[in-house]
This record gives sequence, C-alpha cells and structure tokens, in this order.
Amino acid sequence: MSEVSDVSARRRGPRPERLLTHRIARWVDTRLGTAKLARTALNKVFPDHWSFMLGELGLYSFIVLVLTGVYLTFFFDPSSNLVVYDGSYEPLRGVQMTEAYHSALELSFDVRAGLVMRQIHHWAALLFLAAIAVHLARVFFTGAFRRPREINWIIGCTLLILALLNGLFGYSLLDDQLSGTGLRIVYSITLSIPLAGTWLASLLFGGEFPGPDIIERLYVLHILLVPVAIAVLLTAHLAIVVHQKHTQFPGPGRREDNVVGERMWPTYAAKALGLFFLTSAVLAFLGGVFQINPIWIYGPFDPAQVSAASQPDWYMGWLDGALRIMPGWEVRAGGFETPNPFFPGVLLAGITFALLYAWPFLEARVTGDYAEHNLLDRPRQRPVRTALGAATISFYTVSFIAGGSDVLAATFGLSVNAVLWTFRFAVLLAPLVVGWVTYQLCKELSARDGLPTASPVAVREIPGRLRRGAPPTPPDAPEAAAGR
Amino acid sequence: MSDSPNPPPVAGDPAVSAPSEQQGTVEGEAVLTRRGARVELASAACFVVAALAAVALAVVYWEGGQAQAEGVLLAVSLGGIGVGIVLWAKQFMPDDEVAEERHPMASAEEDVAAFTADYEAGGSTLRSRRILVATAGGACAALGVALVFPIRSLGPRPGRGLKQTPYRRGGVRVVREDGSPVRPDDLETGGFITVWPEGNTDAADSPTLLIRFDEDDEFEPKGGREDWTVGNVVAYSKLCTHTGCPVGLYQSQLELLLCPCHQSTFDVMRWATPIFGPAARPLPQLPLGLDGEGYIVATGDFSDPVGPGFWDRGR
Repeated sequence: MSEVSDVSARRRGPRPERLLTHRIARWVDTRLGTAKLARTALNKVFPDHWSFMLGELGLYSFIVLVLTGVYLTFFFDPSSNLVVYDGSYEPLRGVQMTEAYHSALELSFDVRAGLVMRQIHHWAALLFLAAIAVHLARVFFTGAFRRPREINWIIGCTLLILALLNGLFGYSLLDDQLSGTGLRIVYSITLSIPLAGTWLASLLFGGEFPGPDIIERLYVLHILLVPVAIAVLLTAHLAIVVHQKHTQFPGPGRREDNVVGERMWPTYAAKALGLFFLTSAVLAFLGGVFQINPIWIYGPFDPAQVSAASQPDWYMGWLDGALRIMPGWEVRAGGFETPNPFFPGVLLAGITFALLYAWPFLEARVTGDYAEHNLLDRPRQRPVRTALGAATISFYTVSFIAGGSDVLAATFGLSVNAVLWTFRFAVLLAPLVVGWVTYQLCKELSARDGLPTASPVAVREIPGRLRRGAPPTPPDAPEAAAGR
Repeated sequence: MSDSPNPPPVAGDPAVSAPSEQQGTVEGEAVLTRRGARVELASAACFVVAALAAVALAVVYWEGGQAQAEGVLLAVSLGGIGVGIVLWAKQFMPDDEVAEERHPMASAEEDVAAFTADYEAGGSTLRSRRILVATAGGACAALGVALVFPIRSLGPRPGRGLKQTPYRRGGVRVVREDGSPVRPDDLETGGFITVWPEGNTDAADSPTLLIRFDEDDEFEPKGGREDWTVGNVVAYSKLCTHTGCPVGLYQSQLELLLCPCHQSTFDVMRWATPIFGPAARPLPQLPLGLDGEGYIVATGDFSDPVGPGFWDRGR
C-alpha cells in the first residue's frame, strides 16, 4: 500500500482507497485473495496483429447472439399447434399456421423492437460463422494449431460444428416455407444413413417427416443445449489461449520462448471493448436497415409446396451445393441401398470434419515436427500446407456457389444443366489449379524474401521442447518429447 | 489491486524487457498537445453522440417503435461508444510493447514424478480391492446402458409407414386441397394440379401431381403400367426421390418436371425417369382409374415408396 500514496498524490479526486471500486476490490480480496492473480491478468501480454482480431469478432457476435436471443425467447412460442392468424400483417390474415410461425410473425410485426432484435440475431449468426471461418483459416495458414495448441484446435473445430448446427436449428425453428424445406432436406439426409438412418430420422423428428415434435426439440437444442455447449467450450478455448499465451509472428525480439505485445490493462482491454462495441454497432445497423429472412413473404410451411431459389444461410451453402453437384448415383444391392444424399450430405461432411480434426496430427506425422511452436509461420513458408488449404477452400467455395446454380442460371439466362455441369467439373478442377498456383506462388514469394521454406529434415533438428530456455532433448527422440 | 497505474515490467523477472521502456505519456500530458486536444474533443463528441442516440432510441421505442430507426440509432449509440473508446485508447493509453517469458507447457519432470508417486500411492489401495473395482465398474456400465433406453421414446419404430400412403386402400378418389374431386377433363392439355387422397389432404407423404399430357405426344408407359393412366392423365408422387422436396415446376413444352431444390429433372412421358440432377430414381407412379361418377380414383398405392431413399427401401 505504500506505493499508492505517492501516486495518488498526483491525482485529482479522492484517494484510491476511498473509491467504492477500491473498497469492493479490497472486500473481495480479503475473502478470496485475488490481488496477485488480478495483477497477473492486468499485465498479461497480448501480441498485436490484425488477424488476431478475427476470432474476437466471433466472440462478440456470440455475445450479441445471446443478448438478442434471450429477448426473442420471451416472445417465441415453439409449438406445432395450429392457429389462425389474425395479427397486423394483412396478407396472411385468416391463414392457418403453427403457433411457432404465428409467434414469429407477432414478434416481427406486433412486438415493439421485436423485428430489429430478430434481424440483429440473424445477422449476428451470419457474422458468427463468418468470423469462425476466417479465424480457422488464420490459425491453419499460420500453423498456430501446432503443438502445444492441438487441444484448442479440437475445441475450435467442435465450436465450428456446434455453430453450424445451431444456425441451422435457429432458422429451422420458425416453420416458414423456407425453413420447412430445409428441415425436409435434413430429414432426408438423416434418413439416407445406412442401417441407422430410418431410426435416427424417426427419433429426431418424432416420426415421419414433418414429425409432430421437431420444432419443440429444435427449440431445446437451439436455446439450451447447443448454446451452453458453445459457452463452455468458448470459455475453455479462451482460458487455454491465456494459459498457453498467444502465438506471435516472428520479428525483432520475438522468440519461441517469449511473447511480445501490449499489456492487457489498459490499452488492449480498451481496444477489445471498442471492437465489441463496433461489432455490435455494425450488427445493429445491418439488423435495422437490411431485411433478412422475411418469413412473412415465404408463408407458413406447407409440405406440398416449395418456392424456387430456396437457399440456406451462407454457411450451409456448401452442403446445398454439394447435394446439387452430386450425380444421380446410388448404391443398391440385394434390396438394400445407399441413397444419393448420403454421399454429399453425410460422407462429404464427415470426411471434411474428420480431416479438420486430424490435421495437426497428420501434419506432425508427415513433417516429423513434434516440437512446440509459438512463432507463427507466414503462409508462404509452408507451400504444401498453404496449397492444400487454398485447394480445400476453393473446393468448398465452388460447392457454395453451386448452391445458387438455379439463381445463376435464371440471372444470366443460362441452362440449369449447363451451369450444373460447369460446377461438376469446376469442383474437381478448381482445387487442382488453385493448389498448384498457390504452391508456385509460395515458392516464388519465399525465394524472393530469402525465407527458408520448411523441410522435414531441418525441422527434425529442432529440440523437442523450446528452441531456447529449456534443456534440449535428444534430436533422435521426438516421440519421447511429444509425450508418447 | 493497489499498484501504480503503469506497472513497470514485472519486477525481478529478467524475462520481461520492454522494447520501448519509456512509458507513453498517459495522464494529462498528451492532452496538452494540439493533436491530443483534438482527439480528446473527438472522443468526447463520440460519447455525447452515443448518449444522444441512446435517448433518441428510447424515444422511438416509446413512440411505438420503428425497426429501421431503432437499428440505426442503436448502431450510432454503440458505434459512438466504440469509436470513442478506440480513439481514447490509441491516443492516451500506453502503447509500449513488453515481452513476457514463456515456458514449455510440459510440467517439470520432478512434478510429474511427484504426482505419479502420489497417484500410485493412493491407487495401490484400489488395486488391492480388485473385486470392488470390477463390480463398481460393471454397475456403472449397466446403469449407463439402462439410461440409454429412454431415447427409444423419442420416436416410433420406423415401420411400414415409410413405404405406404393413404392410397393403399385402393379406389380412393384423388381430390384437390379443398377436397373437390377431379375429372380428367378438368385438366387442360399440358396442365397439372396437386391432389391428395380423399380425406387425407394433410398427409405429408401423399401430395400427387396429376398431369394431362398431349395425346399427340408419345407416352411410353413402363411395362405393366399400361392401364395406369386415364384420359391422358398420369399421376406421380410430388415428392422428389432425392431429398423429398415437392417437385413443383412443370415445363409443359418439354414435358419435364423439375425439382426446385436441387434441379433434379424427370421425364413425364417416360414414367418420370430422372434425366438430370442428383435424383437417382423415377418419381413413383400412382395407378389411376375412374369411378362410377367419372371422377379420378387411385386404384392402389404408388409403384414405389415415395420421397427420399432409405437403406431398406427395397425390402
């Protein structure tokens, strides 16, 4: 306490120990002993780079999602019971609909601030997924997933899947024509799984499509189970970042065994808080000004109807495109079959996420690099990884664009068949071309910079632990260093 | 909690070295520069604008609400606070870089050894009671299995339902959504309507397309289905065999049915064979006849299970 007096002498206002915040902190500290830990938190060092903010955007979108989502739950009624609409939207008066759709209309037209909350919620979901996707790309291309961060990579992949699912569940809740069509496709993909499909579909939907219970079940998943899982994993994700300390790009004074950056308090905290407000501001603007998911135009779900140009939210677009691109093949033998949607809907998605989860381990296996890495790669330093990543992105981008094949055909007056055939070839060729070009570019750029590109031989010589500050382990025992 | 506002690099820790040891001007001093004064003014102005927008937001809500105004005012208020904070942070908060030491994540060998020793010491008492470990484990496993059973309540056994529709009774009139029956002449050539089995117009598995094709065109019935049409009217399940979307687009010139979801295309004149897109199977055909009053009836169920495929569809 002795330092406090001479500092406070320069300050205007009451002495710090008289401040209410100070007294509360003192009260807490005398019961929990938090001062030391809190000081460590204040002085926590975060490296600064624009690309490190991408994950933050996801965090802030999630906060906006929770805040707006809680408001929506006060008015939304997840029920399949049928009612007749008599609200303030004229064109649907007298139409029979479920209470889910009815309450979503009420929320949009008759609850003050309901529409803007609904639209901010939807825009925040789009940004949440976008932020996760670019954050994932950043982590991948800079090698931030390498030891010791494989656990956080796995948590991150799980968060991506949960976010995808919850977005899907969310827009499927409203029981409008578009969401019903999406659910029907979900049902068909589930049904297509060999042996288990019929049971899984029945258990998920409570019977045959449309299923009597699906809205209520999606509601529990959407507002309770998945968000809680996301919140828990997000907390773990951030706690691990703090514990392991953030990666940094190479630069003067930056080594494997240090972390150079700004202290948490006050600059970094202020910038982060500012970014939160700015992210929320953009979402509020989008939610107020740009219409999204106008369910009153789609009408209530009718299993016998579908509108043309039914596109899902952007993050499910790759799956919709893959369903379209897939040729009309099925496997049939002895009265048993593997239906067509299984291949793009289950197999492709399964392989995608299996490879994503396994990547850090596959890469370590191939390069033999089991060392701890706290300095990031520049993408050009790792031509093979960067080329594979770019090729993969191009595959899913083509699939995503193929999800709008009917819209493209109509807009440009082309035949749907010609457009689809183009995508069928493009989805196979684009990864090859993009991968090859990326590889050559990386080679050339790193040669121009005089950067060494990684070779497995060079990497093997890195000691199993840190390059500095720790006793080197024998280079011939990387497995031992990896704790195997 | 009671440190000076600008703690020096962590004392006594040789690993902490600040690339720029000089703390930035923090309190008061920067404001004296002209630029500092301008930034302070701008930052304060942002906060004032944010406050005014917040007041306006409350007024708009109070007056009945308006989504666009609410969104914009909320954005201005949040954005004002955000910009104000960022200006404040960039101009008046220390931007010095400091270095913090990092250690390998792995615990020191002696810590691992100590942990292992303690764990083993406790564990040895477990090993001496093998029968308790085994039975306790078995009990928990059995309980776990038993607790899986209630999942069964979530849905009925997938049985014949996937392979049957209300048409199976035979002799069922096909009716429009309003329940009115249909005569072949009610359809114009090239026209199509959606129908259901009488009394089941809400059955999700039963929407059926009635299409009247041009008698000058060559309709090729599938073998065994020669008498499944009446008066140039053919009936197919409306549910796509790909993912079950209603096949709602009929190109009457080409006599093709197109699914709007994934663009599977079916040839109406050849028992709805898929000719393009991801669908691998024809749309199931409904056998048609006429009842005594000349209305169209279904003489039996569809030729195949309707909608998307599943593993034992052919069984």
